[in-house]
Amino acid sequence: MIQITACIDASPAASAVCDAAIWVSQRLSAPMRLLHVLERPPQSQTDLSGSIGLGSREHLLKQLTELDAERGRIALENGRLMLEAAQTRAQEAGLHDVVTLQRHGRLSDEVLPLCDDTRVLVMGRLGEDHAAPEANATLGSQLETVLRSVSCPVLVTTSLTFRTPERFMVAYDASDAAERALAAYADSPLLQGTQCHLVMVKHNDAEHLAKFTAARARLEQAGFEVVSAQLDGEVLPALMDYQAAHQIELMVMGAYGHSRIRQFFVGSHTRNMLSQSKVPLLLLR
Amino acid sequence: MLNTLKREWFSNIRGDLLAGTVVALALIPEAIAFSIIAGVDPKVGLYASFCIAVIIAFVGGRPGMISAATGAMSLLMVTLVKEHGLEYLLAASLLCGVIQIGAGFLKLGDLMRFVSRSVVTGFVNALAILIFMAQLPELTNVTWHVYAMTAAGLGIIYLFPYVPKVGSWLPSPLVCILTITAVAMIWGIDVRTVSDMGELPDTLPIFLWPDVPLTLETLWIILPYSLALAAVGLLESMMTSTIVDELTDTDSDKNRECKGQGVANIGSSLLGGMAGCAMIGQSIINVKSGGRGRLSTFVAGFFLLIMVVFLDEWIGQIPMAALVAVMIMVSIGTFSWESITNLKKHPLSTNIVMLATVSVVVATHNLALGVLVGVLLASLFFANKIGRFMVVKSKETVPGERTYKVIGQVFFASSDAFSQSFDFREAANKVTIDLTQAHFWDITSVSALDKVVIKFRREGAQVELLGLNEASATIVDRFGVHDKPEEVEKLMGGH
Repeated sequence: MIQITACIDASPAASAVCDAAIWVSQRLSAPMRLLHVLERPPQSQTDLSGSIGLGSREHLLKQLTELDAERGRIALENGRLMLEAAQTRAQEAGLHDVVTLQRHGRLSDEVLPLCDDTRVLVMGRLGEDHAAPEANATLGSQLETVLRSVSCPVLVTTSLTFRTPERFMVAYDASDAAERALAAYADSPLLQGTQCHLVMVKHNDAEHLAKFTAARARLEQAGFEVVSAQLDGEVLPALMDYQAAHQIELMVMGAYGHSRIRQFFVGSHTRNMLSQSKVPLLLLR
Repeated sequence: MLNTLKREWFSNIRGDLLAGTVVALALIPEAIAFSIIAGVDPKVGLYASFCIAVIIAFVGGRPGMISAATGAMSLLMVTLVKEHGLEYLLAASLLCGVIQIGAGFLKLGDLMRFVSRSVVTGFVNALAILIFMAQLPELTNVTWHVYAMTAAGLGIIYLFPYVPKVGSWLPSPLVCILTITAVAMIWGIDVRTVSDMGELPDTLPIFLWPDVPLTLETLWIILPYSLALAAVGLLESMMTSTIVDELTDTDSDKNRECKGQGVANIGSSLLGGMAGCAMIGQSIINVKSGGRGRLSTFVAGFFLLIMVVFLDEWIGQIPMAALVAVMIMVSIGTFSWESITNLKKHPLSTNIVMLATVSVVVATHNLALGVLVGVLLASLFFANKIGRFMVVKSKETVPGERTYKVIGQVFFASSDAFSQSFDFREAANKVTIDLTQAHFWDITSVSALDKVVIKFRREGAQVELLGLNEASATIVDRFGVHDKPEEVEKLMGGH
């Protein structure tokens, strides 16, 4: 069964993730799965006496186990309540098929095996370690690892609330990643009925323009109401300005067109978009 | 990959820094003491501890485990150093590293599953006893001052942690060493000090190729030592990593650890240090102090060198009695005291395995031999136990016709019992041997069956075997059924 998987944690943005997943779930009429991964923070103790006495190994093991057991029980219980709250929220929104899943481990490791039967993965930009999501522009520690490893589309929410999109914007650069992404969303019922803003920055040569026109035709053929625009200037600010000016509520883009090594040296558009965007992003691999 | 790197190195910076420092302080006396056991200058052990800890921080398979110069390894080097000198020890350490890397590529780390719990306990206890025994020369034929200092040192080590506030963040072995040294210096008590035991390092280690002739003769001298060092080093490292795995509830890469130990020993020998391995006591101290990541191991090695190089004059003043106190603490902390109370609870065979491991080690001073004996004994006991899972039922169906039904495991340990279960004196016309609920595990069991059949035929009976093919399907060496539950069921179930 193909499902919508939403990654829930204790961060303030969890309700936005839940709402976004509800929207996707309703649009695609697919069942929803709520995932919560319990991660164990490294323990820190301050017994620096440096001595070991009679049965210190057994004693230490007992002590550490008790510490973990206590923390583990609380975390498990909290996670369960979180999942239940999200489930109730989804059911109140009219979804009947909502399952919850709780795992131990690291999010990036646990999400991967779920990808096979996941149609869209929904997660927040920041993890629960980051208290004020609006204030700083960094990314959650797991986000990029997850995005790099999964093959399904990922919807990343960026704020504390999620608004149902009326207009979405496509950052088109005529690359292979962009073409693949185009093929994916043009045929999907997810965005049908919402206004499409097809935007290309900087590439003004004939070849790019031809592809741009073709892309527009492709979208119109698929039944979208398309507004197209060509912008000048730096890619990121241009896209951000356009988004603000036209009250775009969702960005769609092909993600990580380049290798990790290239990203290390020249940076990545995806990464910059993720950290600066004010609206949710739908990333297509 | 970047994420793993970050997690293994920088997920617990504060804890790792503090714990690494505590471990570095505890490593200094141990490194000196183990050099003295091996019969080399303290600087050899100190350089080794620095190199091994720093290298293993990068290449080891178990983050948070401490490796350095160890007692188990020093004990194996004694005769080599006595007969051939330091350069041959360095060459042996180098070869030991090469062997360990080979073991890592051959995935010998996986063999640890054959080492049972009681062998591990025996190993740990034997190690503790050896470390304690190595301290005895320092406590014989000495003045009463030494006894008083050692006793006072032990008192400080065990009672200082109970001092409110200071006790929980100042390492008590350090306090012990500082106090005893101060007392000895102020009153000018004439006892043996570290500087009497040999040269201390005053510079950073430099690259040195062991100065031995590259001949076959050299190889034959060092090879037995290298093999023993490699085996003991890997055994102790694997066991320590199991202990750290258990304490921190995380996994480790055993084969990577094997290779890492090899690389660390090669690095150590090329910088003038002896071979080492993982340390049970220090790793426990590290975990206890909050160390979890690779950073803790690195900090331990790095601080050790810094302190030793800049404090060499002061370290020379430490009375041996203070070191003996620290080492007694290490041996007490390493010993599994629980195993003594468990002697009553555990079955006799388990106790025999544990005690045999301990006795062989104490007698030979070679931990590898002890483990070998322990593993062999444990396997024999296991074979004996499984061998009893065999029964032959006999029934006379029609007069003159007898059916034997064999149930259970038939292999070398149970084939005698199997042969004896048949009554050859009975004059039967037809004998049916039903093997549908039996498993033949080896060639011994098949030949036992052959003999039974021949014997019946010689008595004039007609013999029929039921389900032989299925029963002997277990003889093949490679089952390859670990990941296929339905295959296991086919093999083990009543065919």
